[in-house]
Amino acid sequence: MSAHPPMYFKNRLYYALLAAGGLVAMVGAYGVYMMEHHGHVITGMNNQIVWGVPHVFAIFLIVAASGVLNVASIGSVFGKTLYKARAPLASLLSIAMLAGGLTVLMLDLGRPDRVIVAATNMNLTSVFAWNVVLYSGMFSLVVLYLWTMMERRMNPYTVAAGFAVFAWRFILTTGTGLIFAFLTARQAYGSALLPPMFIVLSFAWGLAVFHLVQTVLYAWNDKQLDPLISQRKKNLLGIFVIASLYMVAMYHLTNLYFAQQKGFERFILLDGGVFPTLFWWAYVVLGNIIPLLLIYAPGLGKTRCVFAASALIVLGAFAFLYVFIIGGQAYPLAIFPGYQASSSFGDGQIAAYSPSVHEFMLGFGGLAIAFITTTVSVRVLNFMPQDKHYITD
Amino acid sequence: MSEMDIKRRNFLKTSLGTAALSIAPGILLFDVAHGTAAVSAAVRWGMLIDTANCREGCNDCVTACNRENGLRGANSTTNAQWIRKIDIKEVSTGRQVSLPMMCQHCAHPPCVDVCPTGASFKRADGIVLVDRHRCIGCRYCMMACPYKARSFVHEAVTDQNPDVPRGKGTVESCSLCVHRIDAGLKPACAESCTNKAILFGDLNDPASEISKKIRSVASVQVRADLGLDTGVRYQGL
Amino acid sequence: MQRRPSLLLGLCLTLASAALSAAPQIDIGKGGQCVEETSWMRKNHMNVLKHQRDEVVYKGVRDAKHSLKTCIECHASVKDDSVSARADSFCVACHAYQAVKIDCFECHANKRKSAWVSGGGQ
Repeated sequence: MSAHPPMYFKNRLYYALLAAGGLVAMVGAYGVYMMEHHGHVITGMNNQIVWGVPHVFAIFLIVAASGVLNVASIGSVFGKTLYKARAPLASLLSIAMLAGGLTVLMLDLGRPDRVIVAATNMNLTSVFAWNVVLYSGMFSLVVLYLWTMMERRMNPYTVAAGFAVFAWRFILTTGTGLIFAFLTARQAYGSALLPPMFIVLSFAWGLAVFHLVQTVLYAWNDKQLDPLISQRKKNLLGIFVIASLYMVAMYHLTNLYFAQQKGFERFILLDGGVFPTLFWWAYVVLGNIIPLLLIYAPGLGKTRCVFAASALIVLGAFAFLYVFIIGGQAYPLAIFPGYQASSSFGDGQIAAYSPSVHEFMLGFGGLAIAFITTTVSVRVLNFMPQDKHYITD
Repeated sequence: MSEMDIKRRNFLKTSLGTAALSIAPGILLFDVAHGTAAVSAAVRWGMLIDTANCREGCNDCVTACNRENGLRGANSTTNAQWIRKIDIKEVSTGRQVSLPMMCQHCAHPPCVDVCPTGASFKRADGIVLVDRHRCIGCRYCMMACPYKARSFVHEAVTDQNPDVPRGKGTVESCSLCVHRIDAGLKPACAESCTNKAILFGDLNDPASEISKKIRSVASVQVRADLGLDTGVRYQGL
Repeated sequence: MQRRPSLLLGLCLTLASAALSAAPQIDIGKGGQCVEETSWMRKNHMNVLKHQRDEVVYKGVRDAKHSLKTCIECHASVKDDSVSARADSFCVACHAYQAVKIDCFECHANKRKSAWVSGGGQ
């Protein structure tokens, strides 16, 4: 370990980061207070767009929390040492993002004071109720997994715990996809393709987040990531991006084939205002094509390129979820197929939605919780990937 | 009669008497404590809406509903609307129909299936309701309802009808005026319709007016393809 | 809900001792014969109401003697028809004194039915 900047400088930066994260979290708490006090009337959400920006943040965090564990699973389930060294960091990120996402989801409820009701009254036919079990189970399982990795005496159980986490997170992301797949009447949802699509999306988003954090962590510790490792992980990211693009393409292609879905697809892909723009430019181009170029184009694919690609993938994820969740609700529900409809309740009309600042406060508050959890944990415990090459340093 | 028989008879008498004495007050007390009889599954409340009698531009059922349930009406996208008038026009023919749309009180309600806490439930007599004591305001039921029948209460409410409690942060919808039904009255919309376009009654009673009518005239369920078996049916769609 | 029985007992006695001078002044509305013993109601009204609430919501048993509506019918103030509008209103006075938060009236009307005018507020 040489050429460290003076330690006090890093200390200061650490506390500055912590303060910044804390500030965002405080602003989030203020947003929640305002939403609690005034009700959801101060958000952009209404009786047509019932789920808004908070859900975009929450679902991103939860899906990415599941996907980031892919790194751990490749290590413990498929026995790749390269990934095994990264399993603790992946698990930490998973816990952090899960905590952030669930906080947002919970605080967006109309009656968050009754959240205990959700734990004590379970409707077994509700996928939301399953998710209460799946999310909390995931949380404890990953904590357990971390323990088996970080406590030497528990090491023999790592593989078993890794397997449990591997299985659990597949079911968990399935559960998240099922929230939408189980909606019988909405044109945008109710497709059996959604759970597998969410699983594949989770791989790409989770790995992108992992890359971002890993790059920062290496820079913080003045270490260089072995180019060989970087190369392999970047190829994996590329494959995940291609696979997720494929799933999204299939989702839209099947819809395009059904006459009754054409209006909806036209809205999302062509003339729905902000939604086609977000879908094509922010999601497809910025979130997929450019990252793929950054990863695969000759002469590119260096650490900095992969970092940029990962950041773009995350941005694309937000764009995708915005289109999926809000665009899906904005297109009028076909109560009378074959008829034009009009009413005082938005029937037959595109629903208007302009998110309010409180929703963003809540969403960024969730990100801040994930950020603080990660920053503090990385500082107090050793989550730095221990590749053999470096151990001999 | 042997002594044994008499003894047995007396024993039976005493024990039956004791049993009666111990049960009877229970029954009596039950009657006192429980003012009206509990709802029964023998009944299934439903409506038949004759669109031929429903005038475009007439909003009487909506106004009556708002008055009965203490709603503010349709002056904002965040306001609750338990019933609304929809004007529809068939794209290929241009035929126009006006009709009231509200909770269809499905036999297999998607809102009940998706509710995480079981707050959304179907009463024994087929009325789909929200137990606001349990609702956490997640709005999943609003996503699941094929009829957009549900509204979320976006802000604090005051001056509720004492018979219709409602408040901020929970989801609500047409209750079929359950408080009126329990008092033996018709829902407010059905009562208010001067054209008698809304026929309310017991779908399970073959002798009821609604049962007789749906047996003899053509009526449909909206989005019957979803197989939800709605309690509200429409004529002339 | 067994806490501080001495204070609860104190509430129903009109002893003008210094210790009880802070006891809440409660507007009991019409008052009169309650459906249960007063001291019993002080301890158990919340359980009774909760039981009755499920009876109403799920079974439609409405005009029972333990319903919140009938409580309000009797105990709403004769001045403003409310059980929670003022500091000495029936529900509020005691709950404030005991520092127990109630959220019943976020959804339930705090007035007797005869005082309700549709569209009067909001």
